[in-house]
Order: sequence, then structure tokens, then C-alpha cells
Amino acid sequence: MDLSYGEEYERFRAELRKFLAENWSDKDRADGPAPDTQAAFMGAVRIDERATGFRLLAIERGYLYRQVPRRYGGSEQPADPLKATIIAEEFRSASAPGEVIGQGASMLVPTLLEHGTEEQKQFFVQGTLLGKIRWCQGYSEPGAGSDLASLRTKAELAGDSWVVNGQKIWTSNADTAQWMFCLVRTEPEAPKHEGISYLLIEMKTPGITVRPLRQMTGDADFNEVFFDNVRVPAQNIVGKRGQGWIVSRSTLKHERALIGGSHLTRRMFEGIVTLAKALTVHGRPAIADSVIRNRLVELEARLLANEYQGYRLLTMSARGEEPGLAGMVMKLASTQLGYDIAKLAMDVIGDKGLLAPGEANAPAMGMFGTAYMWSLGVLIAGGAANIQRNIIAERGLGLPRDARK
Amino acid sequence: MDFGLSEDQVLLKEAIRRYLDSECPTTRVRAIMESESGHDAALWQGLADLGVPGLAIPTPHGGAGLELLDLALAAEELGRACTPGPFLGCAMASAALLASEDSDAKARWLPAVASGRAIVTVALGEEGGVWDAAALTTRARDGRLTGRKLLVPAAAVADAILVAAQDGDGPGLWLVERSAPGLEVAPLRGTDMTRRVAAVALSDAPGVAIAGGRRAVDRARDAGLVLLAADAYGGARRCLDMTVEYALTREQFGQPIGGFQGVKHQLADLATELEPALSLCWYAAHAYDHIPERLERHAALAKAHLTDLYDRAARVATELHGGIGFTWEYDLHLWFRRAVFDRAFLGDAEFHRLRAADLAGW
Repeated sequence: MDLSYGEEYERFRAELRKFLAENWSDKDRADGPAPDTQAAFMGAVRIDERATGFRLLAIERGYLYRQVPRRYGGSEQPADPLKATIIAEEFRSASAPGEVIGQGASMLVPTLLEHGTEEQKQFFVQGTLLGKIRWCQGYSEPGAGSDLASLRTKAELAGDSWVVNGQKIWTSNADTAQWMFCLVRTEPEAPKHEGISYLLIEMKTPGITVRPLRQMTGDADFNEVFFDNVRVPAQNIVGKRGQGWIVSRSTLKHERALIGGSHLTRRMFEGIVTLAKALTVHGRPAIADSVIRNRLVELEARLLANEYQGYRLLTMSARGEEPGLAGMVMKLASTQLGYDIAKLAMDVIGDKGLLAPGEANAPAMGMFGTAYMWSLGVLIAGGAANIQRNIIAERGLGLPRDARK
Repeated sequence: MDFGLSEDQVLLKEAIRRYLDSECPTTRVRAIMESESGHDAALWQGLADLGVPGLAIPTPHGGAGLELLDLALAAEELGRACTPGPFLGCAMASAALLASEDSDAKARWLPAVASGRAIVTVALGEEGGVWDAAALTTRARDGRLTGRKLLVPAAAVADAILVAAQDGDGPGLWLVERSAPGLEVAPLRGTDMTRRVAAVALSDAPGVAIAGGRRAVDRARDAGLVLLAADAYGGARRCLDMTVEYALTREQFGQPIGGFQGVKHQLADLATELEPALSLCWYAAHAYDHIPERLERHAALAKAHLTDLYDRAARVATELHGGIGFTWEYDLHLWFRRAVFDRAFLGDAEFHRLRAADLAGW
């Protein structure tokens, strides 16, 4: 066990810092939102010309999109999880534009690289990596949540077009995306997993209606998307007809890695500590209460455990070992912790917790109430908690599979 | 950056597991726990021959010269097998001796502990939930000790006891030999029958001051906290494994009970809590030798977190086993009882969480 990075990696870190200092100035930093914020996490990262110029330079130097071949706009570096971690740390602390956060770069690109045609890769990959082509994901439907493969949005081949009819739901960024990667049923007679295809649909195509979906927080961060005889060029299929389920599987793995980033959880935790010091309850700081102290430490232990588990998974990955159960539990562990931390924040706030976001008398402008609701959102998104439990029990512990149709 | 076990560490763990699988099945655990002394000298000597008590003792003192992490890996295996014996007392005593500047005491006792020739333990706890050096009421004066220590592990089989006490200058450690006049050891019946505890009464008993100040006491305590966390991980993991195995074979309503979501999800939750907790335990053990400024809080956090989890694992395991898990004949209660010890010894989870909050300056 050695928690230092060693000479080679410290040299790499020093070079990287020099690169960042020379190419991303204090002024650049001040101009945009820190990439570490919730806003950035939800997709609002800088994609202006200045940021694009910087990303191109960083790609040329081998710092971004290291697993993407050069000919498609990546930097094509040998896999090195330690370097990847150092890059993420340094870009974050320099508030420099890193890899574009969002479903296009993290989910669609790996899928195209694995299953796409040469034309699709040439046309989409680089633009997506630079944030110029924005994507939304058309998976969930009103009747297909955890049982995603039961989806019913259908596409029929008519001449050289697919004609799509149906509805998607929980579609983040559908209102701003130019394209959607979408799962549709193309073989209605086939068993459900074998009747699905993966289509790329341009959002400005006639027949598409996007309607905002207001979630429990009161804001509308998702959409419903309706398809009414939407014609999609036949060549916009990724993989073969009926193989869309397999094509989509590789992307879901990427999404699981995306949800529940522990530095956001740490910020939230530190936010509560600050809050508990500042807030007076029954005539003394909330943090002086032994129940609050106890619960804070209990959650801190779980937070640290998740962070150190990150080191362990990183080490396994650097050694080429399969993480198995150790990796499978992390989505559930981190989203459950996020929920418990948000819950503690509400308890620290006490009676003022009933005040709505934006109310001036609410601690932190009511931000913790919204965070509490969002912590439930991430428990559900990308494979709800009970689906995670099934995966852990069946694939991790070897217990029998549920009866499924 | 390498947060994982070395090849040697994996081999060490495997060697201990092989030994315990063959020499310490639960039939032997039960025989030892039902015996008068609760100590099996042959089993302990076997572990000593593998190097277990000397893992973290430097080579000049007859040990392997490794670190607390290595000792924690051994603790995990002992916890997994529910192994009876004086491991915890010896490990804490070695940690205290290593923090002492008394070279005579080190030369006499460390090689003896490492080789299994002697058992040394630490008497820290006192009536009223006292586990902190500053709150001790046992007094030392002119090399004589008076007071009453509680819950002293392996005291009845120890050759020497390191007694935490206070003199005019504050806390420190005094070595009292088993034969000392004025020393009285009264075994107590414990819930965990694999690790015996005793009350130790001292009335004007002669002791050699081996360490002044609280550092040696704290080192012993922090080593103990980390090793309890490791024992808890090993035990909790065993509870999980046993229950998964049972759930695959026990049939009700015409199918293995492991096929019911109620059972699957409880086990998945347990696995989800346990997996990352191991990393916290490793980190605390690593901090003992490499990150001194983080040790005290991490030892407290790890002990509180892991022993709480062990308690939960043992409870869930018993519940999921149903009636068989509630019998004396079935082995599960051995781990359940051990979890009770791990949670309470050196102070319970709440005690250490509040300490950790104080240490953070909150």
C-alpha cells in the first residue's frame, strides 16, 4: 500500500499543472461556472469558442478523451487510471474545461466507437466530444422504467426511412439537444430483448414534440418527447436491426460511473458541517448537539469509506483486476449516502426546513430542501435502488434470478 | 498510488486462513469456549509459529517487522474464523511496548510475545465506561499501583499486564507481572466466549513504569480500535457468506429462500455496506504507520463504523436463518456474540463518534 503517486506520476502532474497555468488563465476561470458545481454536473459546462480552443489543445497534449482514437477527435493514450485520476483532479482544481459532461460524450461516443459505422463515427464523434453536437437519451417510457426492454415506441421501415411513433419520458436536455440516441421496437414479433433497435434521431425532424416535465422540486429539468410519424433516415441505425439492446448495454455501464460522483457528496457534507456551525438551535450552535455530532460522524465514516473504495477500485483497475462485487455496490452505496446526507441537512435545519427554495429566511436559500428531493431522483435514475439490489444479489452474491417475463 | 494488498499480504492472509480452516473449525472453537481458561495453548502456538503475534514487531525484537495493516489482515482472518485466544491483548501490549522507551522491558517481553512464549495484555478500562487515559482513577505511587481495572482481555492467562494508571505527572503505563503481590485477577463471564475478560484489582501491587504520558496508552488503544474494526469486517463478511450459502440451500414454498426478493435485498444491502467499509479499515491501519496526523480520528471512525456493521450483519444473518439461527447448536451465535464484544470493547460506537467530532474541532 502506497498512497503517494511516485516520481513518474508526480512529474506528469507537474507538467499538467504547467500546461493548465499557461493555457487556462485566472480570467478564463472567472468567466465560467466552476465545473465542480451541481450546474456543471447537470450538463451546463462551457462549450464556447474559448473552451473549445482549450479542449483541442488539451486533446492534442493527450489529457482528454484518452480512450478515443485520434482519427475521431480523441487523444488515443494507453489506459492509465492513475493519470486519468490526476487529470480529473488537476482540471477540477484549475476549473478548466475537461471532458464534456453529458450523455453524448459519456454514453453515445463509446457506443458509436464500438458499434457505429465509419460514417457515423466521422460525422458525430468529434463534434460530440467538443460539445458542439448536444445529445439527449431516448430510453425510458411511461410504461418502461425498470423493465426498460418492454419499451413500445415503434419504428417501421418504409422505403429508406424508419417511421417512429410513440413516447419517451424523463428525457434530460431534449429541449436543447440537436440529436437523440433512442431505443425503439422494430421487430414486434421477436422476444422483447431481440426486437429493439438503436436509432439516432435529429430533434428538428417534423413530428417530434418536446414538452417540459416538471419534477417534484417544482423545476422542469426533464422532458417528455412525443413521436408522430417521425421519419428517420434508414442509415441512422447503430448496430443491426434487433440488436439495440446489446448496443445500449455498453452505454449503461458508462452512466453508472457518471452518477454519484463522490466529490459532490463531499461538498454537500462539508456544506452541512458549515451550516451546523452557523445555525443556532435552542440557543446554541446545532453542531453542539450530540445527536447531530453522532450522525455527522456516522455519515463521514461512510463518505470516507466510499472515497477509499474509490482508491481501491482505481488500484484494481490499474492492476487489471476485475472489481466484481466491490464495483457493483458503488451506485447504491453512493446514492444511498447522498440521500442520508441530504436528510441530515434537513434535520439540522429543523423547523426552517419547511421553508421553500428561494425564500430569503430559509437557510442557504432553501438549497438543502431541493437537494433532499434530488437525492431521491439520483437513487431512481440509471437503475433504481431495487434494481441495483437485484444486480448485487444475483451477479455479485450468486443468488437466484428473479422470475422475469 | 497503490491502495491494495501486496502479493506477500495476500499470501499471509491465505496462510492464516488455511491454518484456521484446518485447525480452528467451530467444533474446536466450542471446545475452547467451554473450557475453564478459554485458552488453547497449542492453537495459539500454531498462530505464533505462523508469525501472527509478531507481525508488527520489528525484527530486532524477534518479529517480522511489518505493519499494523498486516496485523489487521490477521485480525480479519481471526474474526472470520471466530478464533479464541489472546490476540487482541498481545497486539495492544506490543503496540504499547513499542511506544515505550524502556529497552529492558522491550528486550524481555517483545520477543517472548512474538514467539508465543509469553502472553502480555493491556489493562485500560475502568468502571463507568472509562477508556481514556485522562479519566483513569487507578493510581501509581513510588512503583506501587492501586485501583480496579475492568474488562481486561486475556488477563487470566497473561504473564504480564500493562496497567494504564495515573501518577502525579499524569497518565502512563506500568508493567505488572502475573506473580506480583497485591494483584488479583477475577475472570468475568462474557457474552463473547471466545475472548475472555477479567477484572483486575491492584492493591499496592509493584509495577515498573514503562511509559510516561499518554502516548503509549493511545498507541495501544488506536491499535486495538483498528484491530477490532478488522475483526468486525472478517466476522461480518463471514455472516454474509454463511447466510448466502444457507439461502441457496434452504427451501421453503418450493424454492431456495435466496430467490425471494425480501431475502436478496437484505443481503444486497449488507454487501453494499460492507464492501466500502473494508477500505476504511485498511486506510485506518495504513494511517497507524504512515499518516500519524490522521490516525486517531480514523481509528475511532473505523471502529465505530465497522463494529456497528458487524452488529447489523450478525442480526440480519440470524434473522434470515430463521429458527435454526436461534439454536445453540447452529454456529451463528458465536459471531453474534463476538460482534457484541467488538462493539463494546474500548468504548462503543457513539463514544468514538463523539470523540471523532471533538477531534475534528466541531
